[in-house]
Amino acid sequence: MAPMTDSPETTTERISDRELVVTRRLKGAARHVFAAWTRPELMQRWWVPPSFGMTFVSCEMDVRTGGTYRFTFAHPSFDEPMAFFGRYTEVVPDARIVWTNEEEGHGEQISTLTLKEEGGETLLTLHELYPSKEALDAALASGSTGAYPEQFVALDALLAEGAADPSRHSRPK
Amino acid sequence: MVQLSHKGFDATFAALADPTRRGVLEALAGADASISDLAGRFDMTLTGIRKHVGILEEAGLVTTQKVGRIRTCRLGARALAEEAAWIEEYRRLWAARFDGLDDVIADLQEKEAADGPHD
Repeated sequence: MAPMTDSPETTTERISDRELVVTRRLKGAARHVFAAWTRPELMQRWWVPPSFGMTFVSCEMDVRTGGTYRFTFAHPSFDEPMAFFGRYTEVVPDARIVWTNEEEGHGEQISTLTLKEEGGETLLTLHELYPSKEALDAALASGSTGAYPEQFVALDALLAEGAADPSRHSRPK
Repeated sequence: MVQLSHKGFDATFAALADPTRRGVLEALAGADASISDLAGRFDMTLTGIRKHVGILEEAGLVTTQKVGRIRTCRLGARALAEEAAWIEEYRRLWAARFDGLDDVIADLQEKEAADGPHD
């Protein structure tokens, strides 16, 4: 399926009962992608696309093996901020980050980010392993019908408004 | 695709508001099951589980078919269509994030070019 903008294509695929894989080519060095994924002030600039109508309330990240993270988001339709949290189980600078998502309550979901730099570009692969086939099936079966309101709301807004606005310029520390 | 998801949203939401019904949906996502299988798995009476399955059926999340004395329950077309829609929505979420990530990376590169490498 051709992308509608000239952005590189983002692919998503269910590769097994328990796994989803996302890929994207980025025009930049792996160290910059790693920085954007590990420094709170940078993470907050891109993790929630502007058109989603959500705001990053807090972004705590201790990005090292064994460290933890906790993100909270607000949206006009949420009664209270929604929290996402877990642990970093492996951190290899500029190459690999493995973390858990623990907020779902039916076991840990494990995400693995792999960065592979090739000629000034970086191939990003995000692999998500669900605790069971049932957990992934349940996410898929109920995902757009209310169990994941943040994505439902967010994606509606996105589809209505089109591509994300360019981020405002801000200086990394 | 998302508009489709809004149809019957209330019925769907009501259907999913109950933990047993979410459990039934999870079980059927794994494999088709008969009413008595489900009753056994959720430790409920046949009448009780039939009621839950009926609500899921009305929401289009489950279909049932009776062959002989056995009523088999499976995920409905709507639940299956939603799986494909969900994967596409998930892709759009990430595509939008990556567009923002591109901007952050471009800034970092610009800054590095101006300041010399650091970190």
